[in-house]
Amino acid sequence: MPDAAAGRDRPESLLEMRKLRIEATVYPPGEDPKNITLVHDVSLTLKRGRVLGLIGESGAGKSTIGLASMGYGRGGVRITGGEVVLNGRDILRAGSSTTRKLRGREVCYVAQSAAAAFNPAHRLMDQVVEAALLHGVAGRAEAERRAVALFRKLSLPDPENIGRRFPHQVSGGQLQRVMTAMALCPEPDLIVFDEPTTALDVTTQIDVLAAIKEAIRDTRVAALYITHDLAVVAQVSDEIMVLRHGRLVEWGGTRQIIKEPRQEYTNALVSVHEISHDEQQPGGTPFLSVKNVTASYGGGLVKVLKDVSVDIFPGQTLAVVGESGSGKSTLARAITGLLPPEKGSVTFGGRKLGNRLSDRSKDDLRQLQMIYQMADVAMNPRQPVATIIGRPLEFYFGLKGAERDRRVAELLEKIEMGKGFADRYPAELSGGQKQRVCIARALAAQPRLIICDEVTSALDPLVANGILKLLLDLQKEEGVAYLFITHDLATVKSIADSIAVMYRGEVVRYGQKSKVLSPPFDAYTDLLLSSVPEMEIGWLEKAIGGRRMASAGN
Amino acid sequence: MSSPIVRLVAQRLALGLLLLLAVSILIFAGTQILPGDVAQSILGQSATPESLANLREELGLNDPAWQRYLRWLGGVVTGDLGTALSSGQDIAQSIGGRLWNTLFLAFWAAVVSVPLAILLGLLAVRYRNGFVDKLISGLALASTSLPEFFVGYLLVFFFAVKLQWFPGISTVYDGMPFGERMMAIALPAAALTLVVLAHMMRMTRAAILNVMQSAYIETAELKGLRPFDIIRKHAFPNAVAPVINVVMLNLAFLIVGVVVIEVIFVYPGMGQYLVDHVSKRDVPVVQAVGLIFAAVYIGLNIIADIAAIVANPRLRHPR
Repeated sequence: MPDAAAGRDRPESLLEMRKLRIEATVYPPGEDPKNITLVHDVSLTLKRGRVLGLIGESGAGKSTIGLASMGYGRGGVRITGGEVVLNGRDILRAGSSTTRKLRGREVCYVAQSAAAAFNPAHRLMDQVVEAALLHGVAGRAEAERRAVALFRKLSLPDPENIGRRFPHQVSGGQLQRVMTAMALCPEPDLIVFDEPTTALDVTTQIDVLAAIKEAIRDTRVAALYITHDLAVVAQVSDEIMVLRHGRLVEWGGTRQIIKEPRQEYTNALVSVHEISHDEQQPGGTPFLSVKNVTASYGGGLVKVLKDVSVDIFPGQTLAVVGESGSGKSTLARAITGLLPPEKGSVTFGGRKLGNRLSDRSKDDLRQLQMIYQMADVAMNPRQPVATIIGRPLEFYFGLKGAERDRRVAELLEKIEMGKGFADRYPAELSGGQKQRVCIARALAAQPRLIICDEVTSALDPLVANGILKLLLDLQKEEGVAYLFITHDLATVKSIADSIAVMYRGEVVRYGQKSKVLSPPFDAYTDLLLSSVPEMEIGWLEKAIGGRRMASAGN
Repeated sequence: MSSPIVRLVAQRLALGLLLLLAVSILIFAGTQILPGDVAQSILGQSATPESLANLREELGLNDPAWQRYLRWLGGVVTGDLGTALSSGQDIAQSIGGRLWNTLFLAFWAAVVSVPLAILLGLLAVRYRNGFVDKLISGLALASTSLPEFFVGYLLVFFFAVKLQWFPGISTVYDGMPFGERMMAIALPAAALTLVVLAHMMRMTRAAILNVMQSAYIETAELKGLRPFDIIRKHAFPNAVAPVINVVMLNLAFLIVGVVVIEVIFVYPGMGQYLVDHVSKRDVPVVQAVGLIFAAVYIGLNIIADIAAIVANPRLRHPR
């Protein structure tokens, strides 16, 4: 631990974890409950006013370690060994009243999803000042004055009055900033940021990230910054700690970790996982054309698609990018017939498809399949994999018995999962495996087009990479076309042949990948491209400085 | 306030009135299907055919059913519930005092049982799966499982016969001093409380436990709030809708379901009045009481619906 030893003198050190061991009891289906160790003897030191980034994939134990700094174990998680010394005392040995006094006073927490972490029944201001009032840090008037000042510092709109709103009246990016204000309000010594920007659009993430960074700098609060995104953590941290399976992999200064990683795993995280995919030229005629489609929700009240036209060519991939609310998923719903368009048409193989789902033949339905972001809610948890994949075989082709089982085995082979998975239930699969089963289910219908709606967004980068490679291989073998909906531009670069950039229901840029991604850019595409975090110290300031327009949904 | 709330509330009220109208048709039809003839039951077995025919003509029993229904409905709307066949008294007048008695008993039973049930529910959540939780749930379930007449007689045996703290018969009369009246209803109110307590307590517990999984409960824990304050301040406000619903159902029961308790304690309320007149085949009284019970039920459920709507900040404060 190179940089750690320097900060060992007492008054300087705010938080010290020594050989922290955290365990939990898990209840695997069909087996006896067993103890698993989430964190194996991890030690760390944090000096006052410093920012330590904790990074790793899901299951690395980063959130668990972060919460341990408040003496808190989520769910059935137990801290079973080691010490957590905060401001000179071991908080694990102290009683529950001591831990209650330090929570919200010495250490505050910023959760990943502010939308879920705010109580829907109370106004924002009451929640923001609650901890300060509870611990007697300030009186009501003083706390509210402080909160308004923080709202202003975090560049929230209408800082004087935003506190009177309820959580549902404020956008996701704004809520995340209000949550940061809530953590700063009692003037704690340490804030634990738990993936504070992960749930946000890239264009919003950059604003929130800048606001958090500035607030940390001006208030001189120390922070544990937890994320799986190295490029993000490189912008705010002084030091970075890489974790894997609850063990420390590497700990060092930010520059050292991203420029000269010493461990192989860190290197794997740091290096960019470009998938080489040569762009295919649009060959012949498109088999699916969306022409001037306009669609809305609430009987014409909210227009979500305005005059959208795109073409999809056989065996190629059209990527649709844009931030949340730009109409990407609505376009998919219009193509599949789930949301009949008001104007315009969808032609398939030279023939106009029925607007409504009920107007389409079974074969039309078979030709268009979908894969979703949340693989686990897209499958019936009470059906085994064989039934899930076998269902389209029965429904579209009438396959039964041994014939069906043979085809299921074939499909499992294609998604690089063995026959042994046929009898498993979704709960027994990992996130990546679940998504593979969903891919097999879509393939089973032998469609010409698969619509992939943010299929890798919920997965860890390395797992997501595997899914993308699989999709590309399957495209080569089966000649299936993809409509690939995503907000992640790195994904687009590695998989697309052509790209449609959407903004507020309109296609603002459309064409071959190489054309769309080369200058000159329109203002929105420029914003989108420049908002993708780069693993470069100082990128954030440069990106904010060079922006031509503000994002739509912050 | 805002338009969605006003619209939803207006919808519920309109729906309630429609429902009440439908119930009035059912009640009327139901009493028509009952065997027996009103004129016959007034005049008795010895009546001559002529006097029967005369009385039928006088009561309008020869008119088609829909005309009689409309006449009855018209009377109800203007506050005229007709006259009791058995006593010849005006029904509206004799119901007035009894309805008041029933509401008085129900009110005090509710004043004790509702806050007690909610508090016990909160405590059960605070010490969930521990001894206190199991004790509360066990006792509450035991008291509900016992039939209400048994609970009533137990209370009479111990508190009226053995200890002689309260009267065993709840006689009340007009102009009775408040203190004496309260003494009189102590035992029936206690019996009712024991009957409805468990249902509300269990529902409060379940609704709050459901909310306790939410991320904002963790936020509150990480602010350093005490466990009971978290439940009271952060969990309960998000669990009120189901709790209000079950409270209203039990309030309705306290008003319309007290028949057995009123009979045991000889309390002059609506339940006793209904039982008396059912046995006398006094159709107009049964119709009137049935309609009032239905109105109470529907009314309280509308209040529950509206309260649940108002408790939802998303509806109260649209974007």
